[in-house]
Amino acid sequence: MTDKPARLSIEGLEKSFFGVKVLHEVSFEAHGGRVLGIVGENGSGKSTTMNLIAGVLPRDRGAVLLDGKVFEPRSRRESDAAGIAFIQQELNIFPNLSVAENLFLVRPPRSFSALPLISRRQMHNRAKELLRMVDLTVSPSTLAGQLSAGERQLLEIARGLASDARVFILDEPTSSLTGREAARLFDIVRRLQQRDVAILYISHNLEDVLHLCSDVVVMRDGRVTMRATTNGLTPNDLVPAMVGRTIEALFPTRETPALTAAPLLEVSGLGEPGVLEGINLQLAPGEIVGIAGLMGSGRSELARMLFGLDRHSQGVVRVEGRVLPPGDIKARMDAGVAFLTEDRRHEGLMPDASVADNMALAALPMFAAGGGRVKTAPLLSAIRALAQRLNLKSGDIRTAPIRTLSGGNQQKVILGRWLLRQPKLFILDEPTRGVDVGAKEEIYRLLAEMAQAGMAILIISSELEELVGLCDRMHVMRRGELTAQFERVAFDRETILRAAFGQGNAA
Amino acid sequence: MNGGSSAQAVTFALRWAPLFFLALLVMGFGALAPRFLSIENMGAILVQSSWLIVVALGMNFVLLAAGVDLSVGATMYLAAVVVGLGLPDAPVWLCVLASVLVGTCFGAINASLIVRLGLPAFIVTLATIFVGRGIGLFLSSTRIVYAGPTVSGFGRAELFGLPVLLWIAAAATAAAWVLLNRTPLGSYVRSIGADTEGARRVGVPTRAVTWTVYALCGAFAGLGGFVSLSQSSAASGAFGQGAEFLAIAAAVLGGTSLFGGRGNLWAPVIGAVLIMTVQNGLVMMNANPYAYPVITGSVIFLAALFDSIRSRLQAKLERHSIRPEPQPDQAPTFQPLPAETSTRGQS
Repeated sequence: MTDKPARLSIEGLEKSFFGVKVLHEVSFEAHGGRVLGIVGENGSGKSTTMNLIAGVLPRDRGAVLLDGKVFEPRSRRESDAAGIAFIQQELNIFPNLSVAENLFLVRPPRSFSALPLISRRQMHNRAKELLRMVDLTVSPSTLAGQLSAGERQLLEIARGLASDARVFILDEPTSSLTGREAARLFDIVRRLQQRDVAILYISHNLEDVLHLCSDVVVMRDGRVTMRATTNGLTPNDLVPAMVGRTIEALFPTRETPALTAAPLLEVSGLGEPGVLEGINLQLAPGEIVGIAGLMGSGRSELARMLFGLDRHSQGVVRVEGRVLPPGDIKARMDAGVAFLTEDRRHEGLMPDASVADNMALAALPMFAAGGGRVKTAPLLSAIRALAQRLNLKSGDIRTAPIRTLSGGNQQKVILGRWLLRQPKLFILDEPTRGVDVGAKEEIYRLLAEMAQAGMAILIISSELEELVGLCDRMHVMRRGELTAQFERVAFDRETILRAAFGQGNAA
Repeated sequence: MNGGSSAQAVTFALRWAPLFFLALLVMGFGALAPRFLSIENMGAILVQSSWLIVVALGMNFVLLAAGVDLSVGATMYLAAVVVGLGLPDAPVWLCVLASVLVGTCFGAINASLIVRLGLPAFIVTLATIFVGRGIGLFLSSTRIVYAGPTVSGFGRAELFGLPVLLWIAAAATAAAWVLLNRTPLGSYVRSIGADTEGARRVGVPTRAVTWTVYALCGAFAGLGGFVSLSQSSAASGAFGQGAEFLAIAAAVLGGTSLFGGRGNLWAPVIGAVLIMTVQNGLVMMNANPYAYPVITGSVIFLAALFDSIRSRLQAKLERHSIRPEPQPDQAPTFQPLPAETSTRGQS
């Protein structure tokens, strides 16, 4: 490192929400041409720190220096103008705008510098150039809605390039990417490095961080607990600073259940033209079965179809021998099927409602007292008991709005919503996405307990670790078909990945 | 690759459906009432449409930003009263300026209530309908307001062989085109319509844009009031009543979505002509006058239905196809990204 000031220097940042201090004297530096990894559990203050740097939230105390100068943005607009690109976990790509319009949304190129008139031609040409830099092979006039999740991520990065950013903040950029797309992203990050840009890379994936970053900062409970260069570090060196325990301890030990009972779920020949074909699947009570596969391989579509959110035109779904008609959610709920969607923000939560209200939602009919009234007392005590079992960290469950909870605790509330119904079959789509290590462990433990008690669990996940650690059996999905099946004893990461990518072409 | 042609066909059909529908209407009315197809009548339809084109152009901005302005009819009336009573002998340019100014101010009041107080646009503009019309009725003492000779003469004037009102509509369209396609406002408005919170996070000045949008809508409504006044030479207390629904229906019929974010400049223009074609056609057919509101209502309903079907189709189109098209006898090859086998319109 040279003796010129750091590109970005954070000095003693502090922040409180509602009187609770969430950041304590956070300090670190990021240098041009280097990638700084930032890791920590959810709720450790990573995102809050980034929001302070980018001016999304005002800070209480402390300073941010950009190239040695004090930097106090009051809005995202100001930090953007100062050269900070902030690529958030929730992508801000507008599907109704073209790729070029998305790239130059905030500051389109002008025909004459004095007039606010856009030069469409310049915009098109510059967009082409930017798309080439991130290896996106689409026309600038394509509607962004037609891009895949991974392509949208690359588009976000191109947007940062468009504004000639000096600092790039990437918050969980790979959580929606396939392995191959992630590799492409890493390439681009390295290219950014050569442009003397400082990159802040936030991720739950410790191996990615160590692989990609030159320096790393670990945060826990709003404090920086470790600052180091990544040379020679392993994930196990970081984990103690994050949580104080090792990775192996995450998964509960469980024995493969003796399959005596008749299958609970029987799926035969399930299909829908253009989406899925010939899905055969069986689940016995007490079993945990995983579905592995790439993003976009049809995993979520299968889950939605099983629960009746989407209709199917071929094949039969049976629960306990009874045929469930396509698209009939009520029949499934009556049969004891529960479904956790992958999209917490849009499909699961009522953000301003209390923990109790959110949890009660699916179980209300079971606590009906006639005349449209609800048996409040039994409902509340059931919710209390469950909250305790989930080890839920929240304020008063009757008043605390769920949006004030951390991601992991929000997920527990939604899990609780379905568990309150005491389902026989629980379908979970990415149950731990964006959830920190501590909450993950609790969710795993809970699922194992549920299976022990006789619940059948079908779990979809992009984290192979998770499926390997948790499942009795695993199916691999590729292009809308179940292409391979593995028993627990035969779990081998490489073979599974190979099956997910297609024969002999594991990336 | 797969399914691309059918997806393109649907997109194509959606884009041209309003024009196709218009052509169908013209042919239908032409068959029922031969007089309808005369050049004079076609011209008359366009002139009759001009006020609605202007008002709907303003409404289009608001709808694109996922808002709504129910007070445009009241704005039209207020502008007409100010011009008729306040500037009876003033030159036309001053009257145009005054009506636009009245509209802008009224729109700015809407905007400030919506932005500053964070009230829903629907409620705010529902309230200001009565405020605007009330002020107008107060100023005119509920009597009919007549346009001055300059203004009513202007309504019948021609320029380069075309009615001058058509030129006004064309100028308004050109102004809207520049704002929508050549200034950042166009993308701003659409991004807000798709996801206001997301737009704010990216750095779009959402409050300023919302202000601009309602002020613009008011400005266009004021101008529409002037056009309508110069055409009819008089404004009763019911002047402009129901214009808000016609303007919304026009934009939506033409292809702008009620759900925000989707639409284009030509939508309000085509939609306005469509609505006026229906009204003119009914007159030409000597239809029972009591049937007009029923038919106009049906047209508005059709517009909403069309919009909802279109949105659903669009959502379907944007979903990715997972299964590859069957490719006979092809060895399984590795596709780097599953999404790349999906449909994508290259334009």
